[in-house]
Amino acid sequence: MIHKYKLGGYNICLDVHSGAVHVLDDAAYDILDILEKTETMEKQPDEQIFVCLEDKYDREEIADTYDALYELYENGLLFSPDDYEQFAGMMTKAPVKSMCINISHDCNLRCEYCFAAKGDFGQGRCLMPLETAKKAIDFIIANSGTRKNLEVDFFGGEPLMNFDVVKQTVEYARSIEKKHNKHFRFTITTNGLLLDDEKIEYINREMNNAVLSLDGRKEVNDRLRVTPNGKGCYDTIVPKYQKLVAGRGDKDYYIRGTFTKYNLDFTEDVLHFRDLGFEQLSIEPVVSDPKLDYSIKYEDLPRVFEEYERLAHTIISSRKKGDYYNFFHFMIDLNQGPCAIKRLRGCGCGNEYVAVTPQGDIYPCHQFVGNEDYKMGNLHDGTFNTAMKEDFAKANVYSKENCKDCWAKFYCSGGCNANNYQYEGDIRKSHKTSCELEKKRLECAIMIKAALAEDGDETPCDGEDCFSACC
Amino acid sequence: TKHIKTLNKK
Repeated sequence: MIHKYKLGGYNICLDVHSGAVHVLDDAAYDILDILEKTETMEKQPDEQIFVCLEDKYDREEIADTYDALYELYENGLLFSPDDYEQFAGMMTKAPVKSMCINISHDCNLRCEYCFAAKGDFGQGRCLMPLETAKKAIDFIIANSGTRKNLEVDFFGGEPLMNFDVVKQTVEYARSIEKKHNKHFRFTITTNGLLLDDEKIEYINREMNNAVLSLDGRKEVNDRLRVTPNGKGCYDTIVPKYQKLVAGRGDKDYYIRGTFTKYNLDFTEDVLHFRDLGFEQLSIEPVVSDPKLDYSIKYEDLPRVFEEYERLAHTIISSRKKGDYYNFFHFMIDLNQGPCAIKRLRGCGCGNEYVAVTPQGDIYPCHQFVGNEDYKMGNLHDGTFNTAMKEDFAKANVYSKENCKDCWAKFYCSGGCNANNYQYEGDIRKSHKTSCELEKKRLECAIMIKAALAEDGDETPCDGEDCFSACC
Repeated sequence: TKHIKTLNKK
């Protein structure tokens, strides 16, 4: 299977099952138009190819181009077969290695689009006791098998509303990790309101990743991210984020925004982040009931696609001027990305990854919290539904009807199970709008690579004798 | 080649 498209003046072809990415001239692109119907090649081109293209190219050019394509075919880099379903069949339960700890089911904001029912996940406002947080750490250690690297996200609600328990939980995990031959990586997601110098210093010392919520320009952010009395939060949080990021060193962080129908010109928000001095940026489409005014609907896709293209060109232009900033959804590693097994498994929701509530209830991920149909167990009574875990383990790209023949399957890995459930009522039924958005982002991300390769910022592969970063 | 540039290296 191949996926070919034109974008930004480039003719791009992704060979899906090898992962090879080719930039083609017009003749090669036009020949592939003919070849992709059968996905096979013979050493000599079929006469029909010459007949079809004789008005555009001379015979010698067609033959020469065909030879170049045939060389790719012979080397397994074009129309390579799908050998992966056998590995999908081996997908069974894996150790739990990642956990979202909902340390707070309370929040000091009332963001209109909050998937967590404005902080309490519909379960009443409460904070996680230290005893429950310690049991969560014990649970992930006990269920992680031989995995060494364990990840814990402090999430909510607003985690800073229960910051003492965050600190005590980290201290507890650090005190026992060596004994169990584990290494914890911590992430915290915050709306920033309660940040102060002490918390900033702690986060920059102890948290491997800090995710800082901000939607962009002041008028965009303050329209939907409001306090209980309806006031915006931009002026309060931006200086705090700037201080935190200034002390972050080389540790990960993201300025993480949500775009809605109200700001489909979200490139302006990305550029605003840049103007504020931030480099690690993410603005993501809202996940919400399609009936709401601000939701992104299928009919909005052409406008969103146009904006993603605009953002891609903006990023290319910035990089060529030496201004580097990173957009999360355009990050793609064409050379040293994850193994095919990981690509089949995806995020690990419900299998390698679980979420825990202040009451100790266990769910497949943070987006399933509060859905009683998907409650997997409880830390206090020791229950854990391994049959549900097995079901999530088998939810890979080859068990999802719309995914197994999709060109993007090794990059989106079957999409988000929670989105699938929310929109389609079935974790295995992909949500069409989310799919189209993901595919557009991938096309833009690959196009950025092509543009930077042309400019020498990303050296193209030169096969056996290549000494560039790509090999 | 003059027709194809492969950007990256089962």
